[in-house]
Amino acid sequence: MHRIYLLLLLIFISGQSAALQPDSDTQSNSQLSGLLNQLPKTKLRKMAPLIEKISQTKQPQTRAILQFMLDGELYYLRANKQVVHAQSTENNLYELTDVLTQESLTPVKKSRLSKVKTNNRLRSTLRNILAKIDLTDDDKQIRLQAVQQLLSSPSKQSAAIITELIDDETDQDVRALMATTLALQQLKSGSSDEKLIALEQLSGSLEPTVKNEIVSLLENLPNKDLTAEQQILKSQLTNALDEIDNRASFYSAIETVFFGLSLGSVLLLAAIGLAITFGVMGVINMAHGEMIMLGAYTTYVIQLAFPSMIEYSLLIAVPAAFLVSGFVGILIERGVIRFLKGRPLETLLATFGISLVLQQLVRTIFSPLNRQVVSPEWMSGSWQINPIFSLTYNRLYIILFSIFVFVSLLMILKKTSLGLHVRAVSQNRDMARALSIKSDWVDAITFGLGSGIAGVAGVVLSQLTNVGPNLGQAYIIDSFLVVVFGGVGNLWGTLVAAMSLGLTNKFLEPLTGSVLANIIVLVGLVLFIQKRPKGLFPQKGRSAD
Amino acid sequence: MNTSINQDINQNNQQQSLFRSRDPLHLTIGLLFITTILVTIGNLIFAESSAFHVSDYTVSLLGKYLCYALLALAVDLVWGYCGILSLGHGAFFTLGGYAMGMYLMRQIGDRGVYGNPDLPDFMVFLNWTELPWFWAGSNSVIWMVCMVFLGPGLLAFIFGSLAFRSRVSGVYLSIMTQAMTYALMLAFFRNEMGFGGNNGLTDFKEIFGFSLQSPSTKLGLFIATAIALALAYCACHFIVKSKMGRVVTAIRDSESRVRFVGYKPEHYKVWIFVVSAMLAGLAGALYVPQVGIINPGEFSPLNSIEMVIWVAVGGRNSLYGAIIGAIIVSYAKTRFTAIMPEAWLFALGGLFVLVTLLLPKGIAGLLPSIKQKFANTADSVEAKS
Amino acid sequence: MKLKKLIVASSIIASSLVTQLSIAADTIKVGVLHSLSGTMAISETTLKDTVLMMIEEQNKKGGVLGKQLEAVVVDPASNWPLFAEKTRELLAKDKVDVIFGCWTSVSRKSALPVLEELNGLLFYPVQYEGEESSKNVFYTGAAPNQQAIPAVDYLMDDIGATRWVLAGTDYVYPRTTNKILEAYLLAKGVKAEDIMINYTPFGHSDWQGIVSDIKKFGSQGKKTAVVSTINGDANIPFYKELGNQGISAEDIPVVAFSVGEEELSGFDTKPLVGHLAAWNYFQSVESDSNDAFIAQWKKYIGDEKRVTNDPMEATYIGFEMWVKAVEKAGSTDVDAVEQAMIGVAVPNLTGGTAVMNANHHLSKPVLIGEIQEDGQFEVVWETPDTVIGDAWSDYLPSSKNLISDWTAPVSCGNFDVKTAKCSGQNF
Repeated sequence: MHRIYLLLLLIFISGQSAALQPDSDTQSNSQLSGLLNQLPKTKLRKMAPLIEKISQTKQPQTRAILQFMLDGELYYLRANKQVVHAQSTENNLYELTDVLTQESLTPVKKSRLSKVKTNNRLRSTLRNILAKIDLTDDDKQIRLQAVQQLLSSPSKQSAAIITELIDDETDQDVRALMATTLALQQLKSGSSDEKLIALEQLSGSLEPTVKNEIVSLLENLPNKDLTAEQQILKSQLTNALDEIDNRASFYSAIETVFFGLSLGSVLLLAAIGLAITFGVMGVINMAHGEMIMLGAYTTYVIQLAFPSMIEYSLLIAVPAAFLVSGFVGILIERGVIRFLKGRPLETLLATFGISLVLQQLVRTIFSPLNRQVVSPEWMSGSWQINPIFSLTYNRLYIILFSIFVFVSLLMILKKTSLGLHVRAVSQNRDMARALSIKSDWVDAITFGLGSGIAGVAGVVLSQLTNVGPNLGQAYIIDSFLVVVFGGVGNLWGTLVAAMSLGLTNKFLEPLTGSVLANIIVLVGLVLFIQKRPKGLFPQKGRSAD
Repeated sequence: MNTSINQDINQNNQQQSLFRSRDPLHLTIGLLFITTILVTIGNLIFAESSAFHVSDYTVSLLGKYLCYALLALAVDLVWGYCGILSLGHGAFFTLGGYAMGMYLMRQIGDRGVYGNPDLPDFMVFLNWTELPWFWAGSNSVIWMVCMVFLGPGLLAFIFGSLAFRSRVSGVYLSIMTQAMTYALMLAFFRNEMGFGGNNGLTDFKEIFGFSLQSPSTKLGLFIATAIALALAYCACHFIVKSKMGRVVTAIRDSESRVRFVGYKPEHYKVWIFVVSAMLAGLAGALYVPQVGIINPGEFSPLNSIEMVIWVAVGGRNSLYGAIIGAIIVSYAKTRFTAIMPEAWLFALGGLFVLVTLLLPKGIAGLLPSIKQKFANTADSVEAKS
Repeated sequence: MKLKKLIVASSIIASSLVTQLSIAADTIKVGVLHSLSGTMAISETTLKDTVLMMIEEQNKKGGVLGKQLEAVVVDPASNWPLFAEKTRELLAKDKVDVIFGCWTSVSRKSALPVLEELNGLLFYPVQYEGEESSKNVFYTGAAPNQQAIPAVDYLMDDIGATRWVLAGTDYVYPRTTNKILEAYLLAKGVKAEDIMINYTPFGHSDWQGIVSDIKKFGSQGKKTAVVSTINGDANIPFYKELGNQGISAEDIPVVAFSVGEEELSGFDTKPLVGHLAAWNYFQSVESDSNDAFIAQWKKYIGDEKRVTNDPMEATYIGFEMWVKAVEKAGSTDVDAVEQAMIGVAVPNLTGGTAVMNANHHLSKPVLIGEIQEDGQFEVVWETPDTVIGDAWSDYLPSSKNLISDWTAPVSCGNFDVKTAKCSGQNF
């Protein structure tokens, strides 16, 4: 029912009702095929009117054709310019369907096909056209998106369609959004009274278009000699704008906190492994960054090995990366570090050498190019809380994950016998040995644990940045600073340090730009350490020298 | 930590035994002198076809190595003799280099691409109409010489007095110095800093009125570097032998005992740190005209670590060890990148691990033991001393 | 004039004599100055391989002037002073006749004084900020007017952008390009408040705040576009963040100048689809010469998945031009080849012709491509004609009076047309 109603309406609006009788199916079918034939020849700039015409043919195929075009699946055969829908199959061939008749054609190679070109502007035109058609879709979600789309580029035409549809709309959300769209139209082109009513209706809406409309209305009001009517309007508009701005700055503050926490949690993940090796063993591991890198490459290899399980790849990669990096860590400890006990500066040099070797190893095995690590669907996109405030899923998960890692590590150190031994060795190595704790064994395991967690951090970083041989180097200095700032040997200190660095950085960034923000944080840290050499939470007691 | 004290003592024993081997002042200076003479003769007198000819390319390369040697000396002075492992000496080196670079930039005059007689090209490009205040005076030689020492010296003084007063030491200090050079790198990358941004300072034309492109200037710079190295070597030698030097060495071995005896270790540390930074600055200043460019990449923490590696390979606690290390590692790097570019990181990384594991005293540590063997078998007079 | 001709002629005669006298084993040495280690190895190794492939190909055809070509490969290790040192090594020690190399501007700037001192010849194959023209360098990559300005024109005319974000990594190329673009936009009547400029450090990976700012900037009712001069590694986190914050290419298109096929091969392209890049070459361009080149490359490198990109085409053009110029000059003498280079025309890989102009820059077509799911580009726009590379931008106050012309009578890389004076360089 809706569809026909809408159809009639559209035809009425376009003023072509005489030329287009909806019942003369064959005629408009041939019209559609005529228009389609123009597709291959038309230049991109002249495409928009053609698409508009195609959308008005109102054939059952029309929507699908436009959707194909939007998705870049509309091709034509080079030989006879027949417009087809093409989808690539496994063996480099393209499966073809004639868009008009829906019949399948023999698959061909890519070289026999040409794409019906679109560009960003055309695609947004297409989206608008599709949105108008979708307003009558049965799925509530699709209707909601359609209204959203029309709201973001308001026009009289779409307002007219919505006016017709709003009364029949059953869903609350869709209806509310439709009302907003209409009110916006009123605000734009209504009389002064209508504007005031619309403003009343729109109060509390955070849609950017509403704000833009208010701003442009305010700008268009004359500066002086306002009529009484205009004065009321002006004060109402100003009030509305103030309210929107207030709420926007509130949300943007929350957003900045979120950004800071998410940066902090990345720092925490990168640094916490170091906090263990450095804190417990007093060993500076310059190859820590490379442990992170190994974790990221493990993710890559996992995705390569199980291409069909991208959605679960991260879940497999986390333990795998832990094992790989942990194993390499133990190798390094057994092979090199244990011979350099008590010579922290030499350890620093040797592990630096190891980091060079590991980098080159990865470069030789995987090529110096960055490797492609795919983000699973559930890591992409954002949680839209309101029109101006959303949290990206990947950051959200990373914050949660880093808390999980932190808590489990805390548990391991506090509740297990391994943790007991580790703490004993870190507080007083000789005494621990005297109590028959195998400090060598504890060292190896601790180092493995620290490195393994670095590997886990690598999995997380593979979702945020490039996976290449230099990945680790970018994080090593930051990690060290976090550990030293927090106070060596104190996991809580590391947590507080990472979060406060993240927050400081993000709050500085809008003021100073990101380059200067980095420098200020660094210099601030250096000065802080000069004041409090043992960090925020120094280890207390006799063991602390 | 208790354990680390024990280990410190072990370490100190090793170091003290090492320290007993005397620095061969005359030998080192003599070798340096002979090399310089030979290179000069080879470059000037022998024809290009001769086997004894030393090409201009080699002269510049040797000059660069000597700058590195000077830098290694500076690192050795604080690390080997005072136990301060600085991972930020690249900062002092680069600052010295920038001081020289600024002077050289001003010598270009109106031969820059935009032909502005007063402003370096990058400032013209930034639409600046006059020199910023910190460039004032940069076209005078005296200013340049002052800045080469003052820039790094001042930074070292401020950093050192803050750090040593609050007793930041060991690994913490290393990380702090690394953060310092990293922050400077980021800062100098910024165009607004007024030091040419990422491209740095380059396209120099002449120094003290001599064209930088002429072979004789290159030779001159090489000789100047050799002289500077010799002087610095003597200076370090006397510093180490002086009473002050003794205190510094004592601080390295046990800072708290020195403090209990009544000295103020932080004063000595700041002092030696500043001297070392100035030497590094001098090395940077000599380096820039020979390689023709200074840019913020020199601040990169990796470079500073490489300097430490030179000293570790050559052997800390011996001044000549630092020189040997710098030259050998740099030469190896040049060779490796030419022969097997894909593998040089393997080789370099492996070298670091092996040296720290098997040769904690570095190459210089090998020499006395060889000498000892030689002395034992030959029963020479050497053994008596 | 006469004297110059005489010198050229005599040098040709002399060198041909030498050629005849020399033994058959004599080769022409080609230096390759690309970083094989360090941060730039990612990009530069490909160009080293391209040059080696071209040399192999040329040797199969019988070499140049009857001599085989011999590659001398050195590794400047992404270390800028080392570029100067290695250039000296190539020119003074190995005595190469030509050098193909450099990627970053700072590496070229570092090598430049040595090239001018020892009179070497460098082919520089990467897009750069302009503001330079040396007698000893041929710039086969794009100047800003061959990449940035056409891209902005496209966004303005075809996409209808009226509000601009100029985002870049904080170094000279983005700074210069953005400066030129800002001047250009202002000249086109864009208001200053409609331009947002943002710089980030190298390898920046935390884009949350900046992307959120761009989103706010772009949601004020006017069509907004981002012109990105963000350098290599920082790109992927940037696009990921754009995608995650729900900014699609239709809302705010991003046109990039440093993202090519090679970079995309390390990306998860999903969040990038529909965004734009401006180059002078795309692998997806259909032409016979391009098909042949791609096939040759894949065969040489032994990997079906390897891609080609714009700097490779620039290397290809540079190499072909050098061969042609050497044959035209009849010698590898730098001065003779330098003069012979000007006016040399070789087919480019997009079906047109590349011509070397008197300012040592090429004439190139400018293509705008949209990023596809498979990491390739779909050309959506191209300039009707080739564009002549402009060494000195007309939109910068410091260089608007400068031109470069290496033919007589000007023979100057930075000639001030107002004062009729040649500044800089020792020529």
